[in-house]
Amino acid sequence: MAILEKHKVLEKNVTLLAIFAFLVVTIGGIVQIAPLFWLENTIEDVEGMRPYTPLELAGRDIYVREGCYVCHSQMIRPMRDEVERYGHYSLAAESKYDHPFQWGSKRTGPDLARVGGRYSDDWHVDHFSNPQSVVPESVMPKYSFLGRTPIDGEYIADSLRTHRFVGVPYSDEMIENARADFTAQADPDSDFDGLLERYGEKVNVRNFDGAPGITEMDALIAYMQMLGTLVDFSTFEHSGTR
Amino acid sequence: MAKQPEKKKDDVETTGHSWDGIEEYNNPLPKWWVWVFYATIIWGIGYTIAYPAWPGINQATSGLLNWSTRANVADEIETVAERNAPKNTALEEVELASFVEDTDSELYAYARSSGAAIYQTWCAQCHGSGAAGAKGYPNLQDDAWLWGGTIEDIHTTIRVGVRNPETDEDYARVSEMPAFGADGLLEEEQVEQVVNYVMSMSGEPKDASLVEAGEEVYLDNCAACHRDNGGGDPFVGAPNLADAIWLYGGDYETIRETVWNSRYGNMPQWQDRLSEAEIRAVATYVHQLGGGE
Repeated sequence: MAILEKHKVLEKNVTLLAIFAFLVVTIGGIVQIAPLFWLENTIEDVEGMRPYTPLELAGRDIYVREGCYVCHSQMIRPMRDEVERYGHYSLAAESKYDHPFQWGSKRTGPDLARVGGRYSDDWHVDHFSNPQSVVPESVMPKYSFLGRTPIDGEYIADSLRTHRFVGVPYSDEMIENARADFTAQADPDSDFDGLLERYGEKVNVRNFDGAPGITEMDALIAYMQMLGTLVDFSTFEHSGTR
Repeated sequence: MAKQPEKKKDDVETTGHSWDGIEEYNNPLPKWWVWVFYATIIWGIGYTIAYPAWPGINQATSGLLNWSTRANVADEIETVAERNAPKNTALEEVELASFVEDTDSELYAYARSSGAAIYQTWCAQCHGSGAAGAKGYPNLQDDAWLWGGTIEDIHTTIRVGVRNPETDEDYARVSEMPAFGADGLLEEEQVEQVVNYVMSMSGEPKDASLVEAGEEVYLDNCAACHRDNGGGDPFVGAPNLADAIWLYGGDYETIRETVWNSRYGNMPQWQDRLSEAEIRAVATYVHQLGGGE
């Protein structure tokens, strides 16, 4: 048992102990994490995913800022009860442009991964302003100030650039037109052809909060209404070891 | 200094370590514990063979059991769908008008209770868990219907939603009241008059002296859809104005707001999210809530 005797050396030298402890943890990390970067089925290959439009991205920032993830998850697990309540289970591909992802770990409120198109814009305005006016039993706080807080997308191009830095495929054209696209999406009377060309025909262009001007309410509802609507599940087939 | 305890003969051995005169007993782990520990290691190896685990070049090993969460959930959904298939097929083919007459049939009981579950999942957020509605979201318990209260009407409304003009057929539930004030169709004064007239149909107007003038404005501008007597017209989604049931509110300010800016309430369409049998089930549930015609 000579090797066990050697253990004494580690126990008595704190630097050596730290180095070896680090090595052991590194092995665990490599085994668990590294394969995800080369295995082909880590992120499914699906049709329809696109980066967020500038307005949606601003809405997503508000979602994160207000801590919505504390009560709402964005991850439908592959279980029958969840699939029947919320829709098709979430795919890794669906949050591949999320930095950080909003999977969440707690559901005080319902999962929002597929809330897009489920309710009308008016409902979202009513519900954000005063959740209890439409769902009396709700414990959600009121967010009526969103409708009174204008935003102009001044820094939205920077935000796109930052997302590109971490791997979201925003093109130069998208970044250049970020602010114009930001404004165009909330105004159905604007010239939004460029926006649709860059982000796809399915992008919602509406006055989301029904009130003049662009507020945080517009941005957040634009984000809500596209959640979970991008992937075309008619072409999706589950495969392999998941 | 504490007195050193005297060492007895049957005491366990020490490890030989000694710090400042303190010695350490050598108490090995109980045998049963050690064997459980070894067993978990063997179990762990077996587990990685039976279940998906080891990463390879393209994908991880699939394991001897070929276990897959995604396949499991698909199987489970299919099993339940198969079990309900006879009932759902029957429900899809049934003639709705006569179907809701026979409330004792087994299929009706199935439609009603599965419809209740669907309602709580998809409809309760707007129409309320008790279906009593809220401001802007119709009460489904009463017998006032914007688009008709027969089972076929309810079925169509659920299927295409309200004001979702995506296909030609969806126009069955599209209507648009002009914004009489905002678009300059009526003068401020005329709006005031007609609001008072509308209020007088179901109760007390705010200013009785304007009612007569309001009636003229009403007959010229509103009666085409809302009818001369204010009874409304479910074919164009025009609400009854004389029944004291208000979607947005019956006070002067609210009615004035409605006439001035119009309203454009929207209900999502459900034909993409729910199956035909599910739509029929939830229509049956809504129909029997109290107001079905």
